Order: sequence, then structure tokens, then C-alpha cells
Amino acid sequence: MQISGAAAPAPPPGGLGYGPPTSLASASGSFPNSGLYGSYPQGQAPPLSLAQGHPGAQPPQRFAPPQASSFTPPASGGPRMPSVTGPLLPGQGFGGPSVSQPNHVSSPPPPQALPPGTQMTGPPGPPPPMHSSQPGYQLQQNGSFGPVRGPQPNYGSPYPGAPTFGSQPGPPQPLPPKRLDPDAIPSPIQVIEDDRNNRGSEPFVTGVRGQVPPLVTTNFLVKDQGNASPRYIRCTSYNIPCTSDMAKQAQVPLAAVIKPLARLPPEEASPYVVDHGESGPLRCNRCKAYMCSFMQFIEGGRRFQCCFCSCINDVPPQYFQHLDHTGKRVDAYERPELSLGSYEFLATVDYCKNNKFPSPPAFIFMIDVSYNAIRSGLVRLLCEELKSLLDFLPREGGAEESAIRVGFVTYNKVLHFYNVKSSLAQPQMMVVSDVADMFVPLLDGFLVNVNESRTVITSLLDQIPEMFADTRETETVFAPVIQAGMEALKAAECAGKLFLFHTSLPIAEAPGKLKNRDDRKLINTDKEKTLFQPQTGAYQSLAKQCVAQGCCVDLFLFPNQYVDVATLSVVPQLTGGSVYKYACFQVESDQERFLSDLRRDVQKVVGFDAVMRVRTSTGIRAVDFFGAFFMSNTTDVELAGLDVDKTVTVEFKHDDRLNEESGALLQCALLYTSCAGQRRLRIHNLALNCCTQLADLYRNCETDTLINYMAKFAYRGVLSSPVKTVRDTLITQCAQILACYRKNCASPSSAGQLILPECMKLLPVYLNCVLKSDVLQPGAEVTTDDRAYVRQLVTSMDVAETNVFFYPRLLPLTKSPIENTTEPPAVRASEERLSNGDIYLLENGLNLFLWVGASVQQGVVQSLFSVSSFSHITSGLSVLPVLDNPLSKKVRGLIDSLRAQRSRYMKLIVVKQEDKLETLFKHFLVEDKSLSGGASYVDFLCHMHKEIRQLLS
Amino acid sequence: MATYLEFIQQNEEQDGVRFSWNVWPSSRLEATRMVVPLACLLTPLKERPDLPPVQYEPVLCSRPTCKAILNPLCQVDYRAKLWACNFCFQRNQFPPAYTGISEVNQPAELMPQFSTIEYVIQRGAQSPLIFLYVVDTCLEEDDLQALKESLQMSLSLLPPDALVGLITFGRMVQVHELSCEGISKSYVFRGTKDLTAKQIQDMLGLTKPAAPMQQARPAQPQEHAFVSSRFLQPVHKIDMNLTDLLGELQRDPWPETQGKRPLRSTGVALSIAVGLLEGTFPNTGARIMLFTGGPPTQGPGMVVGDELKTPIRSWHDIEKDNARFMKKATKHYEMLANRTAANGHCIDIYACALDQSGLLEMKSCTNLTGGHMVMGDSFNTSLFKQTFQRIFSKDFNGNFRMAFGATLEVKTSRELKIAGAIGPCVSLNVKGPCVSENELGVGGTSQWKICGLDPTLTLGIYFEVVNQHNAPIPQGGRGAIQFVTQYQHSSTQSRIRVTTIARNWADAQNQLRHIEAAFDQEASAVLMARLGVFRAESEEGPDVLRWLDRQLIRLCQKFGQYNKEDPTSFRLSDSFSLYPQFMFHLRRSPFLQVFNNSPDESSYYRHHFARQDLTQSLIMIQPILYSYSFQGPPEPVLLDSSSILADRILLMDTFFQIVIYLGETIAQWRKAGYQDMPEYENFKHLLQAPLDDAQEILQARFPMPRYVNTEHGGSQARFLLSKVPSQTHNNLYAWGQETGAPILTDDVSLQVFMDHLKKLAVSSA
Repeated sequence: MQISGAAAPAPPPGGLGYGPPTSLASASGSFPNSGLYGSYPQGQAPPLSLAQGHPGAQPPQRFAPPQASSFTPPASGGPRMPSVTGPLLPGQGFGGPSVSQPNHVSSPPPPQALPPGTQMTGPPGPPPPMHSSQPGYQLQQNGSFGPVRGPQPNYGSPYPGAPTFGSQPGPPQPLPPKRLDPDAIPSPIQVIEDDRNNRGSEPFVTGVRGQVPPLVTTNFLVKDQGNASPRYIRCTSYNIPCTSDMAKQAQVPLAAVIKPLARLPPEEASPYVVDHGESGPLRCNRCKAYMCSFMQFIEGGRRFQCCFCSCINDVPPQYFQHLDHTGKRVDAYERPELSLGSYEFLATVDYCKNNKFPSPPAFIFMIDVSYNAIRSGLVRLLCEELKSLLDFLPREGGAEESAIRVGFVTYNKVLHFYNVKSSLAQPQMMVVSDVADMFVPLLDGFLVNVNESRTVITSLLDQIPEMFADTRETETVFAPVIQAGMEALKAAECAGKLFLFHTSLPIAEAPGKLKNRDDRKLINTDKEKTLFQPQTGAYQSLAKQCVAQGCCVDLFLFPNQYVDVATLSVVPQLTGGSVYKYACFQVESDQERFLSDLRRDVQKVVGFDAVMRVRTSTGIRAVDFFGAFFMSNTTDVELAGLDVDKTVTVEFKHDDRLNEESGALLQCALLYTSCAGQRRLRIHNLALNCCTQLADLYRNCETDTLINYMAKFAYRGVLSSPVKTVRDTLITQCAQILACYRKNCASPSSAGQLILPECMKLLPVYLNCVLKSDVLQPGAEVTTDDRAYVRQLVTSMDVAETNVFFYPRLLPLTKSPIENTTEPPAVRASEERLSNGDIYLLENGLNLFLWVGASVQQGVVQSLFSVSSFSHITSGLSVLPVLDNPLSKKVRGLIDSLRAQRSRYMKLIVVKQEDKLETLFKHFLVEDKSLSGGASYVDFLCHMHKEIRQLLS
Repeated sequence: MATYLEFIQQNEEQDGVRFSWNVWPSSRLEATRMVVPLACLLTPLKERPDLPPVQYEPVLCSRPTCKAILNPLCQVDYRAKLWACNFCFQRNQFPPAYTGISEVNQPAELMPQFSTIEYVIQRGAQSPLIFLYVVDTCLEEDDLQALKESLQMSLSLLPPDALVGLITFGRMVQVHELSCEGISKSYVFRGTKDLTAKQIQDMLGLTKPAAPMQQARPAQPQEHAFVSSRFLQPVHKIDMNLTDLLGELQRDPWPETQGKRPLRSTGVALSIAVGLLEGTFPNTGARIMLFTGGPPTQGPGMVVGDELKTPIRSWHDIEKDNARFMKKATKHYEMLANRTAANGHCIDIYACALDQSGLLEMKSCTNLTGGHMVMGDSFNTSLFKQTFQRIFSKDFNGNFRMAFGATLEVKTSRELKIAGAIGPCVSLNVKGPCVSENELGVGGTSQWKICGLDPTLTLGIYFEVVNQHNAPIPQGGRGAIQFVTQYQHSSTQSRIRVTTIARNWADAQNQLRHIEAAFDQEASAVLMARLGVFRAESEEGPDVLRWLDRQLIRLCQKFGQYNKEDPTSFRLSDSFSLYPQFMFHLRRSPFLQVFNNSPDESSYYRHHFARQDLTQSLIMIQPILYSYSFQGPPEPVLLDSSSILADRILLMDTFFQIVIYLGETIAQWRKAGYQDMPEYENFKHLLQAPLDDAQEILQARFPMPRYVNTEHGGSQARFLLSKVPSQTHNNLYAWGQETGAPILTDDVSLQVFMDHLKKLAVSSA
């Protein structure tokens, strides 16, 4: 709301500070009961009661007077004042009227602005002086410094001073401000908008070492000039402390989020394939790093020095090339491996299992045909869909038909394999009841080429629903099904993927049999972790066998009750597969979602039987890995399958000093079998800067990536530690990061002032979202299965996904003119931002809500829902009627485009204001206090501040 | 003595019984001195076109321990309507239905010509015959094709309501569901895992769900029928289906690696077949027909590993205790055979392979259940095809020549006890007063189960005379035996065939002549041979031969006429004259000699020997050699190398082989083409005569013999030469006569054998 509205063109005086980093000064005394923050007691009313309309206007009156900005604690007033930047903001000059960030102090510094962090309290003095103090500073690196600042919508013009905290020289500060003004604290929306505006227009060129890429929410093009695109690799920081001491001090995790097979926009070329012939890709003899643009050719090109381990290697004759006067190979620009950050090598037979080139992979569809699956209509739907879907198996390049072979299995408590050999007049079914000792009953005819066996397959898919139509079998098995698929691939000597469609807890007598052990009483106890752990070790060992065979498992669950996702997802998780869950599946309401997911999942480009290795230059080392994969040693990430959406997060630690000059290098090498059965190596290289000044670290951080890492770290932590411990660890780490900054980078100021590094000013709000997520703080309506499901989902999310997952996007639909075709600017995820006269869309990558305010105009209701009034709208509706009017088209178009951006289909739920479904919706308004006890943003920020102050003192 | 021969023949024709002795020594002591035990060959279902079964049930003796059936030997008091049991002397009332009887109005079972009579039992549900094919798919392509055709053909021979099922196996075992439209279903089992009957039935879904839903209860019987019918369906219903299914049958698709045998899960396949029938149709007539093309190479019952470089066990290995899988495999198949027998089903084995296929280990499957064992080189031979076809041959009534689930009960009068039986049967362990403690063959019981029968199946049944030495000749002077065979006729009727016979007692001390004259040397030879072969299964070969020799010598000592220490004075009466010769040939027959035979062959020969009737058994013991020449009509000649003459055509029938051998001259004539010249038409006829005779034998014999047509110097002549005894330096027949064909071997000739025998018989040492 604010966005559209009230942007006051007025002189936002307040921008005040350029203090680059956001500083939120709060006097210790300023909060009435600062002590309470720990327990978030105050959450009560304040923020919620804000009238939605004009934050600017009323709130101030109610709470802390804006001017005083809660941050500046009046109490201790006096002293603080000085710290406040002078009223005149340098910033103003630039940004024009509304330059400043909402609420923070940090200014939207002018281009030449000061290094963030330095001058919080920027004296009235003009920036320049500061400037000098920070010579190394690079302007463009920090988004917040973009010259172009959107108008600051948030403040109401009336209060010019409002936004500013602490530094407000404004009039009467010392009021008894009891609360932070929500508008006055760093806004994700604003940061995103700013980055979009500043960096969305120009391509991101990867030639320069250590550049921080635009945010994941920004649309930008990438030009590969020697470093891997941020679509493949994002780092928590692009400037690594030179020593481990520094790193320890800062507590900023050094991690890279790698998505080796990421999908690229059509404008960007996919990695070139390089063939080094029979001898295979050229590598360093010692560390086995692959040839890349950072390798240094010497001795006229006869040798090269490895950029990772400094070993000097001979250049094989067939690879020899002369160097030019700069010492560069003459052919550098003709060879992708010497000029690009990402490329692929064709692997030789040495890189293949058993020294044999792989056969094309296979897909096996394994369908639960127990009573539940039949009754819900799932089997019929699925079989019908498969008939056409099989035409869209992933293909390589321009191949006419997919090389992938398919096989079919159905099961309840026994397994049915199907022989669909093309020469057969009708399919043959083979029942294996010996589930205790699973085996594959046939070889020839099980895995077939779709086109050759089409008639038999079609006949089979026609018959499956009929054959089991009268089934009474309710029990299912699970582990034997996976085992069977794996054995089938083993027998066929190929890698592949199993698509499992499963409905119930596998209670039939068989290996991997599970019991219902769901127990909500365990929540918040030390035993809560057991809910996330698999109940038997059988699945881990099964997964291990699967990985050895290159058998990736994708699991589609259709539970009506507890199915123990924590255990069932072990194999998908360890084999690089995906889990999809459709609770209480009903064909009418869920078919679109399921089919859309299925289509996408089947068509996805996948690499099989993959091994990923991350090599680093001397000084740092990859020490920890997060994601859906299996590791049998400490360095090789084994992925039975790896699709375009799967991400691996890697953490690095120092094992030596780094050199500022040479920087740090990462090389991620992924050996995999393409879906046409070609063995390849995909290489991504990335060079990072190294710093001796902590400030450089803080200036080159990426909060979204950091959150991705921290969420994965925490979500893994719940397996072994009580959830409370995990949460505390996160909070402590975050506090330490910020305290370190405050201590070492921010210029001295009152201890009562909260100063955040510009790049991390969203860290508290995002971290709070992680802390109150279902896994770490479940609400009453969240099932154990849901938690386990989300837990494993997050494990392989990329940065963009975690970003929106933890901080959902809330889009007002009726604020901007209908003609406006661009996506409306988002608003902050808080109830006080909702106006009851508007309609909003909320999405987080998994869920999609359409919230309808109670006093929405009738015309709008009519044109969207085709009903006469608000009260006639069906709550919980999942499809909008197709109506021929601009609004309807626009909204539906927007929904479609949102869905297209996400890797999973989001089912729409229409929520009416004041309806009982609204609770569900409010769960996603993450800036608010949550019903399950999660803190509001404001409260959390205060708490964080307190923690920091404790650390500092 | 012609009368005795006629008597014996008539008895055989009417009752299917031949006794070693037709007058019985009246005391235990004397009986043992007779050397050859009192025993008989019984062909329980001997074809009797002249014997229409009666449509009522037999009348039983009311004494619970007796229950003998009313027969012509019973004394009947027509006025009092009483009959006296001739076994226990119990006096019984006739049942009400017999009120009308009198001397002139006798029921059939009292008429002397009905010493054998067959009753049809109307009680009990009749269930259709069941044929379960168990088919090896690890065959060569053309073998499999031939087998498939044979199987498809067999469908047309089955009665339309017979149930048929199909199990195929190779590396895995597949049980095919036959009732499905649109998709063919099968249950697959790992070929390496031994499963209990319960597991098999669970996995096939044959057990009823543990907690049936309420509404399922009334429907249960129906459901059961449905369940079992998934795998066993009436031929008329799934004829087409099964034909297609067989047509689409592929060779085992698992890759065969170089130097390895295909993995063949015969043991599991059989176990599943047995388990399937056990769970669905216990105690009704069923045939499991196993078609295999090689040895089981994996899982329980494996006979040899899959490494081709390790050959399958030979007799040599067995002697050296080197056959590592043999004991375990044998045990597995024995266990299966016993279970099968307990269910009343039978197992046939059709093994066609060039090498051995494990018949030695699997033999109990056929031998204990009355199934057929057929061995051939390939399914693509007429030997297999015709043999298989003959299984389904029909009798004069259009019924299959097969019967199922028979129980044979033997009752004896008090002076006799039952020592045992030898043949394709298992003991039912029914002890009773007439069961002897001394066992010969399968003893300790008065009842046996014979799960699969045909009209020629013949058992040897051994008795012991228990009358004390000084006791008088029993009352009435006759001993009686009743054979009661209850079985399922191929028309699915339940029937009882009752044969009651009686023989005179004679005091061996003063009536030895009588006893001697009533000796049936042919039956005795076969009965002794059965004993010998039975022993050979468990004892060392030489021990058995020694035992046989000793018996022969003792017999000669007892019944020969000679002066002590004078071999030349030795004479045997006519009724014994051929006996030593039978023993001679028996000693060198493949039933007792394993040299030159694989263990499988030995098992095969012994299997057939233990079930054929007297005539065939004699052929097996002493092959028949006919000679065709211009000298006169075809005549049998001595089975000796001296019979091989240049101007003769020989036809040899060893039961398993039919060999036509052209003498040297004849062969030359034929080569010269005389047979095509009109003026030598007689030569053409001469050539044709043995062919026609051979054809006649081939038509009647089961299993089809190997048919060899060869000539002097032909490689196949070995079949003949290996059968004829040697001609050695001391062969009298060779002395100064036409030389015949000398064959140099270590074997003694008949002459030498006889000389030794005489010497030993007359020696007093």
C-alpha cells in the first residue's frame, strides 16, 4: 500500500545519513523494556494495530513518534544526538527528494558515498572526507549505493523526519518512543526494488574478480568473461578474509551455493562442450584441477602453472600454443576453457564406471495401486497423463527422440513388473511377491524405447487402472520398490531415475516396513530431533546402493495421513531426487498441480551418476556440503541424479593464509552422464577477492546466500540437536556477525545504536523468517510430515528459492492501474500493509494465496470472481473463473507468470479477509508475530540489538 | 506242466498277477529254503476290456481290523444271508440290498470269473484332472520351438474340462496366470531361494487374507475357487490364451556368459509347482509335467555349478564322494516327492539334453509318485514327440490310459504276511496284523500310495510265509490274498478294483515236486531282479551281484539234479531251465552295471525297470534278438555274438532301443541295390520284414525306444555289439563254427557263466 500511495515526493529529509550501513541507534533506555526483548513480550499490539492505510500518518502518533524514531532513544538522548547525522543529508542532493532508504539511517548515499559502515554518524560534513578514508572502496559493488534511488514511498510526506532513525536531528526527539516504527527498519522490498532498479538494466559481466552479483530477485543478464555466472555459483561473500583469524572474528560463513546444471535464460548460451580428444581433459598433474582460464602458461607456452596448487605441468604437444606479448595464449579466446568461467569437457572412458561408456539412462515409473491410490483416481489420472508425457522425455540438443528408455512397475504389497517389448501383442505382467528379497524378474522388454513400444505401452497404461479397479489391498511396501528399480537399472547396466507414486505408510511385512511414530508431544523436547530422523537405517543403506548404481529416486506422495516423510524421503534425498507431497489428494482439486509438477519433473534435464568435486586454491578448503546427495568420503559429492533445480551448498574453511593479490579460486567439477548417455564434465570456475580489512568482507557479502547457507545449516542441525539449540546458535551467530561489524567497521558511536552493514541490513529480518519457519518453530496445524517435507525441500533449494520461501512476496493487485502490465511492486509481508479495499497475491514458491479485503469494490469482485459481492466469494477457491475483462486477465496472467518462475506448481487458495482460512494466510506474513510464537520483525530486531550490545560489552 | 503255464497265463490275463510260486510252501522254514521269496507281480490296473465296472459299492467284512471285500472265495450261507470272510473268518450279514441273493442269483463279486472286479464309487465330488506344465526355457531355440509345439498340440489332447497350468523357469521361475484378458500375468520367483509351501502360497495369493472383511465371508468358497483358478484353468476356456502364451514364450532372456551353463532353477520351479497344487487341489488327480533341457544349476536342488569347466558328476565322482551337490539335491527332490505323494499328485520328468540333466537326483520325483521319466537328446526328436503324445493315448473307452491317487491295500490270509513292495509307490505306513517285520522293498505297511498309474504299471509285492514248521497245512488248503486298489479313474470317477486270488499250500518236504512245477521262472526272475535293483540303489554294485549269485547258486543247489562234485551231472527241470540265463543277463544289464552308463542313464533304466510289467521287464533283462534270413521265417536267436552272421538281418529289442542290423553280406547286397531289382523282390521283402516288426514294437511301447537302423561296420552297430555277450577264447559256439563277430571284452560269456554255476552248485563246500 504504501508503495503506490503515499510516496511523498516531499523532501525526505530524513534520509540522513549517509551512514552507509544502516544504523539504528537505539538508546539503551529507549525501549521501554529492552530487557523484555528477549522474550518478545511486547509484540502485542502495536504493529498490528496500525491502520493499514497510512502508516505514515497515524502510527507516529500512537507509538513512537516518528520523528524520534524509535531508534534514537531519547532517553539517553543527549549524547546520542551527536551521533546522528546532521540533518542535511548529503544524500539528498542526489537522490532527489526521496533518496533514502526507508528507515534506515543508512543513507542512500550518493554515488560517491562513503564506504558503508564508516560513517554512520556522518557528521554533517560532506561525504568527501570520508571518502578518502576508504580508498579501496568500490562504488558499484554495493547495491545500496546505486545512484538511482526510487522514490521512497514509505514515508508520508508529512513527517519529513520520520524515516530517519537515530539520526534525526528533527525536532523533538526525546519523546518516549516505545516502539520501533516498522517503516523505519530495513525493508526487504526496498532493497529488492533498489537492486532491480540499479542493476537490472545492465548485463552482469563476470570478468572482474570478486564482484558481487545483483540480487536473485533482480532480472539481469550475465556475460561470462571468465568466472561462472551467479546462476551457477553464488557466494556468501566475494571477498574472503585472508586469515582464518579474521574469518573467525567475523563469523561470516564462507559458503558457495552451487547449482551446476542451472537453467539459463534463452539469451544466455549454455556451456560449450570441449573435446580434448583421447587423452581426456587437460588437468593439473598434482591436484587434478581442470584446465581453466586462471592457469598460468609459462616458458613460451610449453608449461603451465596450476592456479590451484602451483604445480608446474608440461603442456602436451597437441595442446601447445604460443603466448602473446602479455603472456596469454594466442588461442585463449578460441578455447572456452581458457576464456570462460563455465564449460564442459567430453569425458573419456577413464571417467566411466567399469571403464565402459554408459548406456543411455532409463526412467522407471513405479505406481502404487493400492486401494487409496485407486480410489482417489490417482492411478487413472497418472496413466492417462503418462501416455502423452512419454513424448516429452528430456532430449539432448537437437536429438529427434529421447535416448531415455522407460519401464513400468505397479505395486501394493507385491510388485508387478511389465514386459512391454515391442514385439509383444500385449503387455506381460510379472508379479514378484518375494518382497523380502527383491529381484528383477525380467531383463529384455522391461526397459524400452517409447516409440518402438508405443502400442504396448499404451495398452498397458489403458489396462492398469482397469486391472486394479476392484482392488481391496490397502497395504503397501516401499523399500522393496526402490530396491526393485535399482536392481532393474543394475541389470540393464545403466543409470536412471525412478518415479515413485506412493500413498501410504508402508506397513506391509517387508524390509523398510514402518510404524506410525508420529508424536506431537515430542515437539520442544530433546527428542524432537527423532521426528526428523529416519526410523530405520534400512533406507540409508538402500540409498547407498542406489547411488552406486546411479539410480535417482523422485518421490510423489499422496498421503491421507502420516506417512513418515522423514523416512520415506531418505532415499530421494541421498540420491539427488525430489519429493513432492500432495496431502489428501483429490483429482478435481489437485490434478493440475500434480500433473504440472510431474510434467516438469519428467521433462527436466537431468545428469546421472554424477560426482561433484569442488577444488580451491591453497588456503581454503571445502569442508562441508549441504544438499540432496550422498558422500562416501569427505570430498566427493555423489549424486545419483542431478537436475537443473538441485543446488549444493558448500562451506569453506581456511587452512592457510590467503593472498590478497592472487585471491581465492573455486573450481567446481561435475562429472555426469547426460540424458543421452554421454559422459561429461561440467566445470565452473570462480575467482574471489581476499581482504585484510574486515570492512571489505562486509561490503561484499550477499545476505540471500548467507540465509540459504544458514537455513540449510540449521535444518540439518535439527537432526542432531534440539530445535531450541539450533535457533539459539543461529541467533548467536548472527549477533556475532553484526557485532563484529559494529566493533570493527562501523565508526565509533554510541553503543546504543544499532548499526548494520549495508549488505546485511536484511539479515535480521530474513533470519527471523528462518527462525519462525515451520521446521524450527512449528505452529499447531503443521504436521510432522510437513516439517520433514519442508526440511528436505530447503536442503536443495537455491538462493532465489530460499529467498522467496522465507520471505514471501506479497503483491497488491488493485493498486496499480490495470493497464500497467508489469508486475506490481511488492509490499512487506505484514498484516498492517494490507488494505481491506484491496486484493493481494502472496507466494513463497510453494503456496499461492489470493487475499481479498473485506471492502473491495464490488466491481472488482465481479470482474475477478464473477459473483456479486464479497460475501459470495467461495473461500478456499483454487481456480479463478476465466472472465473476459482486463482485471481478470491481468490477475490470471500474473498468477501464471508467478507459477512459471517457480520449480513447483503453486496451488492457488483464495482467502477472504476475516475468514477462517485467513489464519493459514497470516502464517506467511512473516514480519508479524506468528501464532506459534515467532517474533515480529520489530521485536526480533530489538532482540538482536540487545544481543549485539551484550557481545560488544 | 503245460497246465501250469496256462494257469499262469490265465491268471495274468484275468487278474494281472503273477506269482513266483503258484503252490506255496506251507511253513516259514521251507519257504525260506525256496530261495526265491513268495512274491508276485501285480498290475493293478491291467486293462480288462471284458470287465465292465459295477456301479455299486463293495461289501466289506465288518471286522474293523479286516474290512476285506466280499469275493468269490467267501463261503456264503444263502439262506441265512450270511457270508464268511475268507481272511478273518468273521461271519457277516449281507447288506439290505442283497436280500434277493441265492445260489442262482449271485452278485457279480461272488462269481468265480470275477476274481477281479471293479466298483465305481459314486460318493464324493469329482474334480477334473489337472495338468501342470513346468517348462524349462533355457533351451536352444529350435528345441524350445519343438517343445512349444508339442505342448500346444497336447492341449488338443486334453479333455476339455481338465485344468491346466503353466510354470516356466530359467534363471527365474514364472507361474503364469491364465485367466487374464489383454495382459498376460505371471508371478515370478527367484530361482535361488528355497521357499516353504506356505510362503509360496502366500506369494501366489492363494491363502485367504488373514482378516477377511465381513462381506467376504459368505463368498469365501467362491473366492477360493476363483483364486486357485487363476493358475489352473479348464482347457476349453483358455485354450487360445495358453496357445498364444506358449507361442510367445521366449528363451530365458538373461545373458548367458561364455563358459557358463545357463542358470536353471529346476529345484525351485518344482517346489513351486508342488506348493501350488498342494495349496489348491490336494488329493485330486494331478500331473506335474517337468520339461527340462539340462541340469539344475542354481538354487535348492542344483546338481552342478554353472561353470562349464566343471563337468556334471559321473559314477566315478560319486564313488570318490566327489559329487558335491548330489546329496543335498537328492534330499531336496526327495522332500518334494514325498510331499507330492502325500497330496496324491504325480510328477513326470521329460529330460531332453545331450549331457546329463540331473535325473539321478530327481529320480525320486517320478519314482515315488508314479510319474513318467523320459530321457532324450532333444525335444526336437520323434522320440520325445511321440513319447509325449503317447502319454495322452486313450483306451477302448476313450479314456486316458492314466489314473491317479491310487491306494493299494493288500490283505492276506493268516499264514502270510506282507514283506513289502517294489515299484513307483510310497508307503502309507499302515501297520496291521498282516504286516511282516522283515522288509523286502518298501515294507512295514499293508498300504501303498501310487499317485500316477497306467494300465501297465506293475508292482512287485513280496510276502512271507509265517506258518510254523510243524503246523498242519492250513484249513481249506489254500492261502488267499486280496488286492484292493482305490483310485481316481481318468474319467474322474473314483473306483475300487478288487482282485482276490488263492493258491494251494503244499508241504515242501513231501510235495516239493508240486511246488517246483508251479515255479514261475519268468516272474521270479523279474521279482529277484527288482530286489536286486532295489538293493543296488543303496548298496555297492559288487555286493548286489554277489548276493544275486549266491541266491542263484542256492536255488540251483535246492532244485538242481546232480551228483555232488560232478558239474556235468547238473540238470535243471524245465520250470527252472531259463532262470540262470535271466540272471546272467541281469548281472550285465544296465540296471546293475553302471559301467558305460552315466548316473542319469542308470536312474532312467532303473526307473523303467521298476514299473514295467513282466513281459517288458524280461525284455529289459534279456534283450530279444530276432534273426531274418533266407534260411527260414524270422526266429529268435541267442543273444550272443555268435548270432551275428553276414547273411542275417538282426532285430534287437532292448526295450530302450530297437536296433536293426544288417549283416555284412546283406549290407553289401543292399548297397548294390538288389532290393530294387524285380528279380530280387524276395530280398526287398527280407529287408522290409524287420522294419515292419520294429514299427509294431514302436507303436506299442512307452517310452518310445531309440530306433537304430544300422549295418555291419556302421558306427551305430555299437548299440548291438554292446548288448551281446562277449565271444572269448573259450566260447564253445565259436569253436570250429562260423565265426560270428568276435568281441573282445573281459565279460564272461553265458557258457562260462553256466559252467561256473554248475561247478558251484554241485560243490559241497
